[in-house]
Amino acid sequence: MAHGFLVHCKEDDVGVAVRDLAAGETVEGVYMDSEESVTLALLAVVPLGHKVALQDMAEGHECREYNEVIGRVTTPIRQGEHVHVHNIRSARWSK
Amino acid sequence: MTTFLGYRRENGTVATRNYVAIIPVDDLSNAVVERVSHVIQAAVPLLHPYGRLQFGDDLDLHFRTLIGTGANPNVAAAVVIGIEPNWTKVVVDGIAKTGKPVAGFSIEEHGDIDTIARAAKAAREFVQESSEARREAIQVREAVFSIKCGESDTTSGLASNPALGVAVDWLIEQGATVMFGETSEITGAEHLIARRMATPELQEKYLQVHQAYQQFILDTGFDLLGSQPTQGNIAGGLSTIEEKALGNIQKTGTKPVNGVLAPAEAPAGHGLYFMDTSSAAAEAVTLWAAAGSVFHFFTTGQGNVVGNPIIPVMKISANPKTVNTMGEHIDVDISGLLSRDLTLQEAGVEIIVMMQRIASGRLAAAEVLGHKEFVLTKLHRSA
Repeated sequence: MAHGFLVHCKEDDVGVAVRDLAAGETVEGVYMDSEESVTLALLAVVPLGHKVALQDMAEGHECREYNEVIGRVTTPIRQGEHVHVHNIRSARWSK
Repeated sequence: MTTFLGYRRENGTVATRNYVAIIPVDDLSNAVVERVSHVIQAAVPLLHPYGRLQFGDDLDLHFRTLIGTGANPNVAAAVVIGIEPNWTKVVVDGIAKTGKPVAGFSIEEHGDIDTIARAAKAAREFVQESSEARREAIQVREAVFSIKCGESDTTSGLASNPALGVAVDWLIEQGATVMFGETSEITGAEHLIARRMATPELQEKYLQVHQAYQQFILDTGFDLLGSQPTQGNIAGGLSTIEEKALGNIQKTGTKPVNGVLAPAEAPAGHGLYFMDTSSAAAEAVTLWAAAGSVFHFFTTGQGNVVGNPIIPVMKISANPKTVNTMGEHIDVDISGLLSRDLTLQEAGVEIIVMMQRIASGRLAAAEVLGHKEFVLTKLHRSA
């Protein structure tokens, strides 16, 4: 397959890897709502099923997937980085 | 094709399996139940650890689950065994309302050995009688289904859950009944489910269930993070409960929700229903089976292996690694969704076709592998 990640919709901040992606790789992604493609240079390893940042995100940014908020950014994220529990956190059940 | 080959029961319900269940009312009766199942091997023992000194809503749920399990259309007849006669009679009478054969035995004043003999004789008759039931064409609209995802990862929300959503929409269009739940796992997507409630009253009822759960978490004083998302979810790429919830609800499709059910409460009509359940797989499937589900759709990312003793649990995965490493657990491989070799519509059709085969008698992977998790939901500690 040509693509390495899929994006739910154009409002999203993240794409989802559909195979293990390597750091330094330039990889193509497909927006599932529009079939448009996008190319991204990866700054980190992104395993299958994990998320890649489509753009830079500042601390406190509400990170979107499914065009909904999935959590808050806890440390600045650059485009092409791995997005996971180390840099976003749930806004629910938080102490 | 809108049919499968199933069993039609005398009370008009339809089934995908044809079991005789041996149901202990309480933990103390497990030993007798287990031994009856050794004498009458075709009968299914439903061992569990509860039933003594429960009270209030917890006791109500205990009875509702045991009665509902015995009343499930997949159970042709039931043998109920309890330590004493009164609560045994509660369960027997509840199951008897379906009109199916049911016999109850209590251990006090008899001892285990005599009870094993009496119960085994009843079970033998039930097994032989029910073995004459024959499959016939059943419309899917007549059946009750349930859906859940487990060991989810990001491929669940991206692929297997939306594909199941396509299948659920089709089932609802046929007029079938489908139950979903997982109260905790809709946290972050509750506004989307609330919006789909068929009436303002149902919307309020749903939001009350949601709020009551959030309050329960707060009242415990504990942090749910670490358990929800699970360690498997996080390994699979899910970062937060919101992300998990947004992926979770994809499998509910797009139809309005016609009811909000208490745990193990049977739906009164057709269509899509929300049930207040735990998100733990075996607990939730046990509750839906007790509410009359005769077939369960289960999507998985990282590879949940759950089954149920009285209803088939069909596994669906779109994660190519899981399909590769845990293929023996997966009934429907739709990993082609990630490579875009498969469309959601095509994947939805694959799910329906395999449902029809398994509902008609093909054994699900979980059945072949002996997964018979029967797990009661307990609301609070016993007296």
